[in-house]
Amino acid sequence: MTDLSTTLLVIGGGPGGYVCASRAARMGVDTILVEEGKLGGTCLNVGCIPSKALIHVAQEFHQAQRQARDGYHGIRVSEPELDFAASQAWMSGIVSRLVSGVTGLLERSGVKTIIGRARFIDGKTVEIESETGRILVHAQKIVIATGSRSAELPGIPFAGAVIDSTAALALQTPPERLAVVGAGYIGLELGTAFAKLGSKVTVIEAADRILPQYDDKLTRVIRRRLASFDIDLHLGTRVTGWNGVAARLLLETPEGPAEIGADTVLVAVGRVPNTDGLALNELNLQTDRGFIEVDEHCQTRMRGVYAIGDVTPGPMLAHRAMAQGELVADLVAGHDKAWDRTSVPAVCFTDPEIVSVGLTRHEAEEAGSCAISEFSFRASGRAMTLDDAEGFVRIIARESDHVILGMQAVGPGVSELSGEFSLAIEAGLRVEDVASTIHAHPTLSEAVQEAALATASMANHG
Amino acid sequence: MAERTFKLPDIGEGIAEAELGGWMVKVGDLAKEDDIICEVTTDKATVEIPAPFSGKVLWIAGEPGEIIAIGGDLIRIETDHVTAADGAPQDPPATEEAQVDAKQAPAERPQPAAAPAPDAAPAPVAAPQARRPEPHRTQALGPTGKPLAAPSVRGRARQMGIDLRQLRGSGPAGRILHDDLEAFVALGPDTGRSGGRTERTGTEEVRLTGIRRTIADRMAMSKSRIPHFSIIEEVDVESLEGLRSALNQKFAEERGKLTMLPFIVQAVARAIETHPEINALFDDEAGIVTRHAALHCGIATQTETGLMVPVLRHAEARSLWKNAREIRRLSEAARDRRITPAELRGSTLTITSLGPLGALATTPVINHPEVAIVGINKISIRPVWDGAAFQPRKMMNLSCSFDHRVVDGWNAAEFMATLKSLLETPAMLFMEWQDD
Repeated sequence: MTDLSTTLLVIGGGPGGYVCASRAARMGVDTILVEEGKLGGTCLNVGCIPSKALIHVAQEFHQAQRQARDGYHGIRVSEPELDFAASQAWMSGIVSRLVSGVTGLLERSGVKTIIGRARFIDGKTVEIESETGRILVHAQKIVIATGSRSAELPGIPFAGAVIDSTAALALQTPPERLAVVGAGYIGLELGTAFAKLGSKVTVIEAADRILPQYDDKLTRVIRRRLASFDIDLHLGTRVTGWNGVAARLLLETPEGPAEIGADTVLVAVGRVPNTDGLALNELNLQTDRGFIEVDEHCQTRMRGVYAIGDVTPGPMLAHRAMAQGELVADLVAGHDKAWDRTSVPAVCFTDPEIVSVGLTRHEAEEAGSCAISEFSFRASGRAMTLDDAEGFVRIIARESDHVILGMQAVGPGVSELSGEFSLAIEAGLRVEDVASTIHAHPTLSEAVQEAALATASMANHG
Repeated sequence: MAERTFKLPDIGEGIAEAELGGWMVKVGDLAKEDDIICEVTTDKATVEIPAPFSGKVLWIAGEPGEIIAIGGDLIRIETDHVTAADGAPQDPPATEEAQVDAKQAPAERPQPAAAPAPDAAPAPVAAPQARRPEPHRTQALGPTGKPLAAPSVRGRARQMGIDLRQLRGSGPAGRILHDDLEAFVALGPDTGRSGGRTERTGTEEVRLTGIRRTIADRMAMSKSRIPHFSIIEEVDVESLEGLRSALNQKFAEERGKLTMLPFIVQAVARAIETHPEINALFDDEAGIVTRHAALHCGIATQTETGLMVPVLRHAEARSLWKNAREIRRLSEAARDRRITPAELRGSTLTITSLGPLGALATTPVINHPEVAIVGINKISIRPVWDGAAFQPRKMMNLSCSFDHRVVDGWNAAEFMATLKSLLETPAMLFMEWQDD
């Protein structure tokens, strides 16, 4: 058994963990990072990045098919072929480029990276089971950044044709019939991609609407689009069982029991924190359904033990984990910092995309009277040139002083508007500030200014 | 687009330079023709300089307090029009790209109309000289219920150990700005003071500019060059006050109210007839005392910017009421900073009065190169021995200073005695008693 001592030990090499470790090391903190799988975590290996690559492939193929059938914008091509193995190779190429980027970053920063599985001995000591044997690490500060994994459906474990998003991204061919359980953003992103790649997709959702965290007006466009991809949607429906032999999924619909045939069942009903297996019971941490409670310094109940990312309560998003990682690195390096972020932006890479920052319409209206304005992409020249003019931008401001409380959009490529939305809210801007900021023409962002103008005075094109 | 330079014009007779008072515009502002762009201070007057043409301010000559020569560059303005008459090219204006852009940008979309600001959100304007930015009435909160501030402000507040909930922001909608943090550090919380006594710390540097600096220079010169001596004489003004109130009762409505000052002017005008050495200017370098027949009476006037001495010209030739009206006009002009440089020069003798604050006695400083100054103290009822009993009489002191190089004590005392007798027997102010 090897004994190591360090100032900072980061458990988990995902976006939260590697940002924290490399930042701390570059500030002169002696840092060890332990990762049981691949550096980059879910996001880079089996999450954000490969799924966006898959969505891109699917969209390209979908476009080619439209061009083949009747021609599209005057372009006519012969029947396209999908070489999905080549697509997969391209996707893995991106992932490995990024993983080696993270590896290089950690090396350059001076982080000692250990591949292995960690378990707590006590609040200052962690045992790592690595390929080269057991390593005992004594650390002054420990960061738990172990992330999350897909939740299972009760009674239907991941096995065989029942897969999680990780396995879905690794499929070697698009399944003929794909059942997606859960109409959250992961289920809809992947379901839509496979539909575009030729799968017959059925989405089953227990709630009575898709993307339940967003309001109906934002998701209406998506729902219409799902129908156009011939995706069957079963709302208010529960999965009661899976007959693997007959390849049939058993459902409880509002009209009664039903079943559908499926070659593959993608379960995307949420994610659970990876806090088991760490021997966390050795520590006196406060947890809530597996999530580790932290204070404004991302510190757990135990001094010197921090938790960041998906293991902490809050939106399970890479950019939140990175911000937390940055915070903890600064704290360990001796800076005075605290979590004081106003908003964590949320993006769905559905077709079209949704972005939401700050308070939702419902939350804002609960908080007091609001001035809400929306500007439709139907009046946007840029949206028309993209042949995708469905959707709108919404700005929610406080009635009394016009401070922006929330911004949402649904439409083509609106994920790229998230930066402006976050900046406006984080900086505490008023709609007048956005209204008086010249937005380039012709871009989709003009809709943001127009929505702001609608509250500040009047939209120029509304 | 053209860049035009405006030079400091000749604003008064014979002056070579002027001091910058304050700027009403800053670089980047749009100046409108005839709007005031800055104030400059000459010898004693402050002159407002209007913008010679409209356009964007590109450069200004300096900070308040700096001296600029007449004819020196004062401001550079980018105007909308190219003027052939603009003379030699200045620094090449960096507008070529902008011009190209303007040509290329197609006018395909209507210009957005100016948007009226909502009543709910007035934009506070920070006054340039305000010590603390004008704070918002109430604490502005962000979506999470925390004080409204940009992340950099929040981070800095944390490092400075400041709880933002103690601040009121001065930014749009009450957003807390970096300036607010600094004001908080410098001035403490903007809340009601506690009753406890605390040690006061800190100093404030006040730069002497404009009129204030002129006053300092002039006073230093007077006190260092002129050997002053002062005489304080007591005047019984019972009769004069009786006359003044009778005249005011009769004529105040149509002619305006008379104060004590025009009577004193009148008395001085008479007294210098027999004491011409008092109404004189002493050029100590040339060694010449110039006695003046006319009484150009300086009236020391307190204004917001400091002491000014407008000149009541030919006071000897005006009636009581005309002098009163002219004094009022001059002091109002001085206080409103409308006074012209011409109205501030050429005095031969100065009268200073602290009005109701007038104290028991003062030692006024002579207005160089004059040789005397007449100070008026306040009137109060004092007991006066009439040979049999004490009588309550309205008494007023005169505190006068003289230049001992050219005025002897004897002459000064005689002058004071003359003033006293003129004021105690006010009929003598208006009679031709000397001829008999």
